[in-house]
Amino acid sequence: MTRARIATAWLGGCSGCHMSFLDMDEWLFELADVADLVYSPIADVKVFPEDVDVTFVEGALANEDNLREARHIRENSRLVVAFGDCAVSGNVTAMRNPLGDPIEIVKAVYVDAPDRDGQIPKKEGIVPPLLPQVLPIHKAIRVDAFLPGCPPPADRIQAALEALLEGALPPNRGEAIRWG
Amino acid sequence: MVDRRPTIHVSFDGVEYEAFVGESVLECARRVGVKIPSLCFLEGLSVWGGCRVCVVEIAEGHRLRPACATTCVADMEIKTETPRLRAYRKSILELLFAEGNHVCAVCVSNGNCELQDMAVHCGMDHVRYDTQAPKREIDASHPKYIFDPNRCILCTRCVRVCDEIEGAHVWDISYRGESAHLITEMNKPWGESLSCTWCGKCVAVCPTGSLAYQGRAIGEMEHDPAMIKRLAVARNRHEWLYPEEAK
Ligand code: SF4
Ligand code: SF4
Ligand code: SF4
Ligand code: FES
Repeated sequence: MTRARIATAWLGGCSGCHMSFLDMDEWLFELADVADLVYSPIADVKVFPEDVDVTFVEGALANEDNLREARHIRENSRLVVAFGDCAVSGNVTAMRNPLGDPIEIVKAVYVDAPDRDGQIPKKEGIVPPLLPQVLPIHKAIRVDAFLPGCPPPADRIQAALEALLEGALPPNRGEAIRWG
Repeated sequence: MVDRRPTIHVSFDGVEYEAFVGESVLECARRVGVKIPSLCFLEGLSVWGGCRVCVVEIAEGHRLRPACATTCVADMEIKTETPRLRAYRKSILELLFAEGNHVCAVCVSNGNCELQDMAVHCGMDHVRYDTQAPKREIDASHPKYIFDPNRCILCTRCVRVCDEIEGAHVWDISYRGESAHLITEMNKPWGESLSCTWCGKCVAVCPTGSLAYQGRAIGEMEHDPAMIKRLAVARNRHEWLYPEEAK
């Protein structure tokens, strides 16, 4: 039997969804019996590989790196799952959107705040520019399934993976789609 | 008490029922046990018909009608579950979410929210429309309550309950279209309102995390919309105490 090639990625989120992924506890051993985690912030892989079966993307698109990474993931994954509320809706990451131009927020935090050294952090190729508005990932790439929750509970992630390993899409009815 | 109102025949999804003359489609459905989702409707208050979550199809002409604001007529054939209705209800939910700023993860009503429950019921796993991300100021001036318009869906339950049950009429809708928003007492901060009696009825009926008690943390706010039905029933029967409480 060929082993499923699974990846997880961490864009504009708090990594809580990945913590919840680890909360699947001993089921992770069963997962490891049938699948390889070929890329993930919890695996030491530097470059997103080709030919991935399914990628769980945590986090919204908050900066240009996130956008580039999301497109790269899409090109190299058969299925993309929006993993958690930030990926699904923008959620907490998108709470800056009503405030408008992000440079004003950066100024308020890094320049105007009293205990700061008055500099806006920027270094080409290292600090990615912020997007004008934070976006849920489906605004930039095609998404095959949505797994809401902040974070999605471990049993919801497990049910999604079990369905995907069977060749089906994750459940998208009832409590499986509750935000928050 | 036997209800002696004259009746007519209607059908829900092909099954015949008796409706009282003058009864709305939603009232009749609730009474006979047919489930139709609703949001702005609240038993005990006047009908607003604004959210459109309760749409049903009337067979003749396949017209879409809000069940809460449509009166039963004889031999009406009502469909409550069709692919078209499911698609419309889901779109309506998505539009409600896209219109405000709903971040369930940090909301006082997370897990106890009629809007969130309705999204689950209607199968909304994401919002296809661009979110508006409006900038709206929170009014925390009232000593007991807090109003966060970011989560308000303009269902007007608060407006109606404050006017019709409490008789204070603190709330109103100001402006039109995308600028429409709630105001308290001639657009003064709620805390400065002289007409608010601090009765808490608006907070009890709000279907979202928009109205809450001060000091509630994430997921800690539970509303009590059924309280209004108890009050309205008591008022109609001229009982000023609910039977259990009178003992
Ligand atoms: S009001 Fe309801 S839907 Fe809106 S953020 Fe709060 S819990 Fe979520
Ligand atoms: S607390 Fe009572 S009187 Fe005050 S605004 Fe709400 S419903 Fe009206
Ligand atoms: S504050 Fe609550 S009850 Fe009032 S209109 Fe908004 S959502 Fe409805
Ligand atoms: S419940 Fe009928 S329109 Fe809102």
